[in-house]
Amino acid sequence: MSDTGSADALASFLMDLRDTPEEAAFRAELRAWLEEHLPEELRGHRGGAARFDDPALRAWSRALYDAGYAGLTWPKEYGGAGAPYTFQAIFLEELARAEAPPHIGVIGIGMAGPTIMAHGTEEQKARYLAPILSAEEIWCQGFSEPGAGSDLAGVRTSARLEDGYFLVNGQKVWSSFAHIADWCILLTRSDPSSTRHAGLTYLIVDMHAPGVEVRPLRQITGEAEFNEIFFTDVRVPVENLLGDVGGGWQVAMTTLLHERGTLGFALQAALEVQVRKLVSLARDRGAEPLQRDRIAREWIELQALRYTNYRALSQLVKTGIPGPEGSISKLVWSEANQRVTKLALELLGPDAALGPENAPYGGYWQHQQLRSRGNTIEAGTSEILRNIVAERVLGLPKSR
Amino acid sequence: MDLTFTPEQEALREQARHFLAATPEPSWRELAELGWTGVSIAEEEGGAGLTFVEEAVLLEELGRALYHGPYFSTVALTLPALPPDLRAAVAAGEASWTLAFGPLVPDLDTAERVATVGGDGIYELEGAEREVLATTDETRPLGVVRGGEPGRRLADATVLEEIRSRSHAALAIEACGVAGRALELAVEHAATREQFGRKIGAYQAVAHPLADAYTRLELARSLALWAAWCVAERDPQAALAAAAAKATAAEAAVRVCETAIQVHGGIGFTWEHVLHRLYKRALWIESFGGSGTRLRAEVAAALLEGRAEPEVGVPPVPATVEQGG
Repeated sequence: MSDTGSADALASFLMDLRDTPEEAAFRAELRAWLEEHLPEELRGHRGGAARFDDPALRAWSRALYDAGYAGLTWPKEYGGAGAPYTFQAIFLEELARAEAPPHIGVIGIGMAGPTIMAHGTEEQKARYLAPILSAEEIWCQGFSEPGAGSDLAGVRTSARLEDGYFLVNGQKVWSSFAHIADWCILLTRSDPSSTRHAGLTYLIVDMHAPGVEVRPLRQITGEAEFNEIFFTDVRVPVENLLGDVGGGWQVAMTTLLHERGTLGFALQAALEVQVRKLVSLARDRGAEPLQRDRIAREWIELQALRYTNYRALSQLVKTGIPGPEGSISKLVWSEANQRVTKLALELLGPDAALGPENAPYGGYWQHQQLRSRGNTIEAGTSEILRNIVAERVLGLPKSR
Repeated sequence: MDLTFTPEQEALREQARHFLAATPEPSWRELAELGWTGVSIAEEEGGAGLTFVEEAVLLEELGRALYHGPYFSTVALTLPALPPDLRAAVAAGEASWTLAFGPLVPDLDTAERVATVGGDGIYELEGAEREVLATTDETRPLGVVRGGEPGRRLADATVLEEIRSRSHAALAIEACGVAGRALELAVEHAATREQFGRKIGAYQAVAHPLADAYTRLELARSLALWAAWCVAERDPQAALAAAAAKATAAEAAVRVCETAIQVHGGIGFTWEHVLHRLYKRALWIESFGGSGTRLRAEVAAALLEGRAEPEVGVPPVPATVEQGG
């Protein structure tokens, strides 16, 4: 052995794709639990707005909570399991495998909760966190506005500090769950003379307060999954301030970090279901050689997404910082989901044109394909995500 | 689960990168002195007793450096067929190998010994005439062997399944090395080159294809790592994972190189720039050992015809040991 090539460098422990004994035990237990407790009517639900109003989904969320599966990565002091991120990944994988719906409190668990933990007062943590996990209270997000989509710093909904309360006026849009939500995480402009990132304030708003009006937005699918929220002279008590007055941008970044940070495995799990259904459809109906090639491509893309998520997750577990690979999950998933659902329609042939009443599989694919067009827009458009990869991962100069 | 490299693997990568930068054309013996030829060979046979994952780390760096030599043909194509004494010779740097199972044999200009597939076994090919053919990628020649006699029987033909998986996984990770360097060059160029008063990387028409190139590369690298792990662990999914990785990584490398050439503008199209060499290696990898289309057909068969894994696709076994050009 020469000096440059130290033999020591050739000693290592293998990276390991297998579950640890603890992970394996958790997976087995969860799989058995899902087998026993998942109601048949919730299995393989096509999703969409109808799902949100279904009382069975609340009951399901409650069951997840009672079994200790809600808020797996939340610290124990806030009612979570304090489990490592790998357990959350396994949870999402197994949920997908069983085609079980997620907990209804996705905004609360994934966004509002972590933001409150990071920026909230002790009173706020004590008041808001527990009912998120138990699905007793549902949360929605009030960030986007008609004039502030990708450019979130253009928020104009105003919050004027009065005597002991903020007076909120404005309009939010694209808010999932708002029609059933109890609370809203709301990004407002508290300093009317400010522009851009300064002068923003982050509030927790009671969705049942006078002056809050929710109007469903009917989408391309015909369903109303999102909503507009109108705020007219809504009084928000000052104790509902999250972070500092004027410090809303920093708080909002925490929310978005969590939105994207925990998203990868959920998306992978969703794609897993789609690809499995696609393969089953092709088995039922047959596929031409070129379609077979595309099916194989999508299956491979799913594996690529899975192991990219594993890489990001392993990095997160080891260092506390997700790997840069993680930033591409949503970009890859959204485009894959669009291709998979369109390929499914192609396999359906003329049946693809039928409405939900007459279409095979209850119109699952028609709904999914139309819904997928939103995937490259919501939670960061593909254009914004490509900017993020170019600027933050590759270090290219800013485009604006 | 853990899919990050260990500190030791990262150290190996660092070592490889520095060494190959200082020694662009290393001899087989130099690689042996570093311990690279015996990475996955058992310690009692003079190797390091590690796995294909560490070999994958080296293959990625060798691809990046456009290494010219018999590492791929020895380690990926032939090693599983070698009995202990011949493995020891590889670890010691006394022998390098290539395997003739198709009409075109890789690394025939540098590999010292040739194995061949005949009937139900793999044999050393003795006394054959070699003709090295010019290739578009000048650093990865192909050749043909004519005549010769089967010598020592090395292994049963069943080992071809493992060889096929190793080969696919090796090409996949090598492709990632090639693409990684091309992308770095392109990003560096886009971050410094100015036109119309701005760095060209500030234009989204330039930045977004680079973001896509990064995305395709990282997806390919994830598949290649998965495949490498499966090969190292003799996982039942190894054949499927390696086929998926090879199909995807080779095509991704070609695409990434094409993006890099485009982003470089005229300079990227010249002979003096390294990009065309990277591009030609990517094209070589894509052409060798099963096209993306063919490998995906195997994946589709596994998915749609319900086989647990795709047909292993053992390379055609010639009636005689004669390998025709």
